[in-house]
Amino acid sequence: MTAPTTSTKTGDAWGYALTTLSAVMILGALYLAFMYAAEASNLGTQVERYAQRIMYFHVGVAWIGFFAFFVTFVAGVMYLIKRTFFWDNLGHSSVEIGLTFMTMVLITGSIWARPTWNTWWTWSPRLTISAVGWLMYIGYLMLRGAIDNPARRARFAAVYGMVAFLSVPINFLAIRWWRDIHPTVIGSTSSEASGGFDMSSDMRTTLLFSIAAFTVFYATLLYHRMRLGKTAHEVETLKQQVLYN
Amino acid sequence: MKPETQNLKPETQNLKPETRNPKLETRFGYFYKVLAIVSKDITAELRTKEMMSAMFVFSLLVIFIFNFAFDLRAENASTLAPGVLWVAIAFAGMLGLGRSFIIERDRGSLEGLLLAPVDRSAIYFGKFIGNVLFIATVEIVILPLFIVFFNLSIVIIPALVGVVILGTIGFAGVGTLFSAMVIHTRARDVLLPILLFPVIVPVLLSAVRLTAGIIDGLPLADVQNWLTLLIAFDLIFMAIAFILFEHVVEE
Repeated sequence: MTAPTTSTKTGDAWGYALTTLSAVMILGALYLAFMYAAEASNLGTQVERYAQRIMYFHVGVAWIGFFAFFVTFVAGVMYLIKRTFFWDNLGHSSVEIGLTFMTMVLITGSIWARPTWNTWWTWSPRLTISAVGWLMYIGYLMLRGAIDNPARRARFAAVYGMVAFLSVPINFLAIRWWRDIHPTVIGSTSSEASGGFDMSSDMRTTLLFSIAAFTVFYATLLYHRMRLGKTAHEVETLKQQVLYN
Repeated sequence: MKPETQNLKPETQNLKPETRNPKLETRFGYFYKVLAIVSKDITAELRTKEMMSAMFVFSLLVIFIFNFAFDLRAENASTLAPGVLWVAIAFAGMLGLGRSFIIERDRGSLEGLLLAPVDRSAIYFGKFIGNVLFIATVEIVILPLFIVFFNLSIVIIPALVGVVILGTIGFAGVGTLFSAMVIHTRARDVLLPILLFPVIVPVLLSAVRLTAGIIDGLPLADVQNWLTLLIAFDLIFMAIAFILFEHVVEE
């Protein structure tokens, strides 16, 4: 084992740059969502029009919630091929961040649904699939937590991450057939009845910018989490060396 | 000691030509090995009957508990019965799946199984077929009782058996893979439902819809997409589990 290499100057520079960039972009997205984007004029009440603005963050967060799962899937495939700590670390870090974002999706969705659908929760496909995805993330972390052997933990986590991710599309299809009231926001006019609306160009800009902001934010968190994971791994290895040599 | 070993030796030699058919083995080698694992599981289960009797009593209890909780009557059978049946099947199946590899580990026979000169996927298929057999058998025994409790028509039994088998294949496919994983965890079979239920939501949804369709006497065309979904899930996840199984049991 060579000396830890994570706290080099280039590493720090990347960390600072990413952190600063995501802070600026999230602030920008906040400004756009509250100041720049026009009101959704077709929505009935003032509260409903105001609540609609949460959509810019909700969609950005939801995108990361599912994207993180995809990253875990890729990391799982790569781990089973390469068997290196990097891919295990990537999958684990991505799940932890994905779980946080998925929790935010459920919370922001509920805040929006209360004034718009007049209920905190409804069993619509996207809510249900988000909840099921959330449970899968929890299962992944519980599985990791219950295995002591690091190599086995990495292998099983990779396998579970892959199976869980692959079940998401078929899960979504099944739940969608089951029932659907979620607004298909983009490119649909028939969805107004369920709280959807057509987007003007300023709204679209805001939405795309906030999706970009959350993607950068995800990358930042992933970077820091993976550095932490790597350091923990190195400490663990050193501890083993001290104890058993 | 000596006479015993002498007695044993010729016996095993005599057994060999009878039990092992070299011609069959080369021709259907893979299936032969899968069947060997299935028959081993069946023999072990028939000697103790612990897994199937537990599943049977448990699924009966689930139907009873639902009766206490929801005041089930013949009038609301078509709305509640499919759900009750599938909760009973899913929970009982979870018990069976959990045992599948735990008994191997507890009896110390897991290493022997893994050392057997067969492809790892043959172990998967052997275990999978055994699980489907045990769970489906218990469910098929439960079905007439289910019909009685909900005052349903007996003619729907063949169709229900079909759905039950398809649904069981669906959750045993992934379940066998996860069952092999959870034996190496500290929580063991507690973890299995937590891992398995989110993945098999489509199986439960389509099986419940199909069961409701059968009870309501709907034509097949009305539930065709659910049937397609269930079969597609069965095939896709059997294939995925089959590919990933060797990564789970390697060591």
